[in-house]
Amino acid sequence: MSFIRKPLILHADLPRNGVGLTLRDYEGGMSTLCAGCGHDSVSSAIVQACWELDIEPHRVVKMSGIGCSSKTPAYFLRGAHGMNSVHGRMPAVATGAMGANRRLYCIGVSGDGDSLSIGFGQFAHAVRRNLDMLYLIENNGVYGLTKGQFSASADVGSKAKRGEVNRLRPIDPVLTAITLGGTFVARSFSGDKAQLVPLIQAGLRHRGFALIDIISPCVTFNDHEGSTKSYAYTRKSSREAVHADFVPAAEEITVDYPAGDARMVTMHDGSHIVLRKTADDYDPTDRLAAMEHVESRHAAGEIATGLLYLEESEDDQDMHGTAGTVEEPLVELPFESLNPGAAALAEYQRRLR
Amino acid sequence: MEEVKKGGVNDFVVKLANVNGTGSASANGLLMKSIFRMGVPVVGKNFFPSNIQGLPTWYEIRASKDGYLARSGRVDLMVAMNAETYARDLADVSSGGVFLYDSSWPRDRSLSRKDVRILGVPLSRMMTEAFEVARTRILMKNVAYLGVLVALLDIEMDVVQQLLEETFASKRKLIDANMQAIKLGHDYAREHFDCPLEFRVERMDATTGHIVIDGNTAAALGCVYAGATFGAWYPITPSTSLMDAFGAFCKRYRKDPETGRNRYCIVQAEDELAAIGMVIGASWAGARAFTSTSGPGVSLMSEFLGYAYFTEIPVVLFDVQRVGPSTGMPTRTQQGDIMPAAYASHGDTRHVVLFPADPGECFEMAVSAFDLAERLQTPVIVLSDLDIGMNDWMCREFQWDDSYRPDRGKVLDAERLEKIAAFHRYADVDGDGIPYRSLPGVHSKGAYFTRGSGHNARGAYTEDAGEYKEVLDRLRRKSDTAATLVPEPVLMSARKPTRLGVLSVGGCDQAVREALDRLEARGVALDYLRVRAFPFSRAVQDFLDDHDQVFVVEQNRDAQLRSMLLIETEVAREKLHSVLRYDGLPLNPGAVVDGIDEIMRRSQAA
Repeated sequence: MSFIRKPLILHADLPRNGVGLTLRDYEGGMSTLCAGCGHDSVSSAIVQACWELDIEPHRVVKMSGIGCSSKTPAYFLRGAHGMNSVHGRMPAVATGAMGANRRLYCIGVSGDGDSLSIGFGQFAHAVRRNLDMLYLIENNGVYGLTKGQFSASADVGSKAKRGEVNRLRPIDPVLTAITLGGTFVARSFSGDKAQLVPLIQAGLRHRGFALIDIISPCVTFNDHEGSTKSYAYTRKSSREAVHADFVPAAEEITVDYPAGDARMVTMHDGSHIVLRKTADDYDPTDRLAAMEHVESRHAAGEIATGLLYLEESEDDQDMHGTAGTVEEPLVELPFESLNPGAAALAEYQRRLR
Repeated sequence: MEEVKKGGVNDFVVKLANVNGTGSASANGLLMKSIFRMGVPVVGKNFFPSNIQGLPTWYEIRASKDGYLARSGRVDLMVAMNAETYARDLADVSSGGVFLYDSSWPRDRSLSRKDVRILGVPLSRMMTEAFEVARTRILMKNVAYLGVLVALLDIEMDVVQQLLEETFASKRKLIDANMQAIKLGHDYAREHFDCPLEFRVERMDATTGHIVIDGNTAAALGCVYAGATFGAWYPITPSTSLMDAFGAFCKRYRKDPETGRNRYCIVQAEDELAAIGMVIGASWAGARAFTSTSGPGVSLMSEFLGYAYFTEIPVVLFDVQRVGPSTGMPTRTQQGDIMPAAYASHGDTRHVVLFPADPGECFEMAVSAFDLAERLQTPVIVLSDLDIGMNDWMCREFQWDDSYRPDRGKVLDAERLEKIAAFHRYADVDGDGIPYRSLPGVHSKGAYFTRGSGHNARGAYTEDAGEYKEVLDRLRRKSDTAATLVPEPVLMSARKPTRLGVLSVGGCDQAVREALDRLEARGVALDYLRVRAFPFSRAVQDFLDDHDQVFVVEQNRDAQLRSMLLIETEVAREKLHSVLRYDGLPLNPGAVVDGIDEIMRRSQAA
C-alpha cells in the first residue's frame, strides 16, 4: 500500500550519476499494484532511464489520469511533482503544465482505458499539438480497477478471464499517433527493459510528443490462455522492427555498428539515436512504410515493436514552437514584462471615446 | 403596468432592425458613438440571432441625459430596415413614436398605426442610383439611414465625419463614399420631413472621463494587467470575444521586443473539458492561467472544477452567461448559472464566484480573481453575462495603479523549502484554512503528488475517515476565510430610513437603480444591496437582518440567488420576495418596478 513508507536505505557504495544521485533517489513510494504487474517494470525502467540521463528529479513532472497505470507516478521519482488528474484528461493538465514551464521534462503515464476510450480525444489532440512530453500507455487490453472489462485496445478474438470473446475492433495507439502526425512513435513490452530504457531516454529528449505504447500485461485479469495481451503471447509475438539506442549529447559513440545495419539520427539537443535495423528494409522515417509494417505484422498475428516512426526536425515544431512562445518559461517572466502599465492603459482608452 | 414615458431631448431610444450579415453593425456603432461624443450618456444593446447571415437582428441605442444605462423598454424611433419584421417592429414602437422604413418598395398598407408617425425614405433606390457595386449598395444603405438619423436627431455632422475618419484612417475612398451616403440620407430627410424630431440630441457634457467598451474586452484587459500568461478555451457564444480580445491585447503588449516572440500562450482546446484541464495544469505549474466560457462549458468543466477545489489549485474562469437550460438561446442573456457556478461538481464543493455589474467591474474583478484564486488556492468564477459581455457600455475610464503587484499567495520558493524540515502540502499552518504550496521545477523537497482521491494533511493517499474529514473541514474553513477576502457588496441607502430592501446581483444593477429612482419619486423608499461575491460576506447577513422585507431581483426562473441566501445565511424564508425575469432580454427598470409593486400589492391585500 502506498501509504506505507518504503524504507529508504542508502548504501555508501551505491554508484552515483552525473548529478550525484543514486538509483534509489529516483525511486518512489511502494507500489500497490498486483505482484507481477507489468506496470511496475515500466516504473523501474523510468527510474533507470532518468538516473542514467542525469535528470534532476525536480525538473520532471509526472502526469496521469485515472486507472492502475495512472497510479504509478507515485511509485517512481519521489523528488518530482506528480499529478494524478481526472480520467482521460492527463493530456490537458500536461498541456497546461508544459505551457507554463517549457523547461520541465513531462512524463505522462496513461492506460488503454484512459487514453483510448474516455480520453481518446485528448490523446489525439496532444499528439496533434506535438506537446513536448513523453507519453506512455501501459496497455493491457483490460480494465483492472473495475475488474476485468475489455478495453478499446483488446484484439478481436481475445478472450476474457471468464471466456467471453471480444468482437470489437481494437484501437491501435501507434497507428493512431502516426496518422495524427506524431513525431516519435514506439511500441515496447514491459518485460523488455533492454528495449524500453533507451526508448524512454530518446523519448524524453525528443522535442515534441513521444509516444511509447507499452504492452504491460495485467496478471490478474488478462494473463491467461487466449489473451493477446498476456506475458506469454507478447513474448512469443513481439517482433522488433527497429532497435533504438540512445546516446546522450556529451557521450562519444563507442559501440561499433556493422555498416549498413545502423543509422544515426541527431536530435535537437545534440544527442543521438542509433537505429539498428532488425527487420528487412524498414525505414522508421517513412510514415507510410511504418503504418504498412505495423498493419502487416498485426495481420500476421505479430506485434511490431521498437521505434516505429521518428521525425526529428531542426525546427521548433512542438506546441511552443508553433505558438511562437518565448524561450524562457512563462512562469519565470517578471511581472514588469507582462503588465503594460497605467500610461498604456490611458493611451488605449483614448480610442474608446 | 408602469406608464411608459415619451422620449424627449437627450432622452430617447432608437431601435434599428436589420438583417444579420449586411454590415449594419458599424453604422449602428457609429450612431451610438456620435451621441456619446456629443456628451450625452448612451448605451447600445445588440439583439442578434444565433446565425451568420440572413436572420433578423436589432440594435437598440438609448440616450439618457440622466445617465440611465439599462434597456428602457420603450422605442421612440424604429429604423425598420428588414421588411420581414415590419409588423413586429411597428408593434414595438411606443405611442407617439416614429417608424422609419425603406420606401423603395411599396409597404403593406395594413402596416400602420394611428399613434405612430411613419416616415419612408427610398434608401435602396438612392443607393442604386449612387453606387455601382452591389455589395457597396447594401453596405451604404446602412450609412444612408445613419444620414437620415443625423438629420432627424440633430446630430452634428462634424462629429460623424470625425468618427468616420478615425474608423477608416487612411482609406480616403471609403471615407468619401460613406460621407456621400450620409449626405444623401441627411438631405433627403431635411427636404421631406420636419427636422429635427421632438426627441433629439443636444450637446451636453456628461461623458467626459468615460469610455465605451464591452465587458468581454474589459475582462480581457484585466487579465493582461493581472499578468495572466496562459489562456485555454473552446469557442462558445457569448464568451468568444473575451479570449479573442486577450489575444489581440497580447499581440500588442506581450511581444518580446528583441525576439518578437510571445510572452503568453493561448491554446484553443479541443473542448471545454480540456480547456479547464489546461488551466489547472498551468496554474499548478505556477502561471496565471484562465479560461472563458458560458453555461454549457461550465457543465462540461464541472468535474475538473471539483478536482481543482479538492486539490487546491488556483483557477480563473469567466462564465459569460447565456440563456439555458441546454443549448438554450446562445445569443440572449440570463443569470442562470449563479447556483451551478457556486456549487459546480459532485461532492461537497463550493467555489468563489464574483459578480461584475458592468465592464468596469469586469476589468477590476478580472484582476481580483487572479489574486483571490492564488491567495485561496481555489477556482474563482467571474460570472458575467451576455448583456455585460457583448454590449456597448458607457463606463468611467479605467484606472491602473502601477504599484500593483500580484498576490501569488502562499508559495514556498527554493530557499524556504531548503529551510523547512518537511513540506506538508495540505497542513493548515496558519489556521486560516489555506495551506502552503510548492511549484514543480523548483526544489525536490517541495515535491508532492497531487491527487483528486482522498488525501491527508501531508498530501498522502488516504482512506482513513479522520484524515479525510480533517481535509474536508479545513476546506470549509478556507471558504469562510474567502468570505472575508472577496469584494464587499455595494450598499445604496434610501434617502429616508426604511425597513424595505432590494437585493440584487450583477447585470441587474442598472435596471434596479433606475427602478429605485422611479419608486422613490412615488414615495417608496428602498435600501439596495448589490451582492458582488460568493461566499457571502458578513454585510449580506447584516442587510438581511436590518430589513423586514427584501425583494431579490435576478434573471432566472428558479430564484437561484434567493435560494442561496436561504442556504447560506440565517434569513427567514418569508422575508425574501423574488422578482424574476428570464426572457433572455436585458432587464428593464419597468419590469423591476412592476415586480415590486405586485408583491407589495399582494402583501397589502393579505
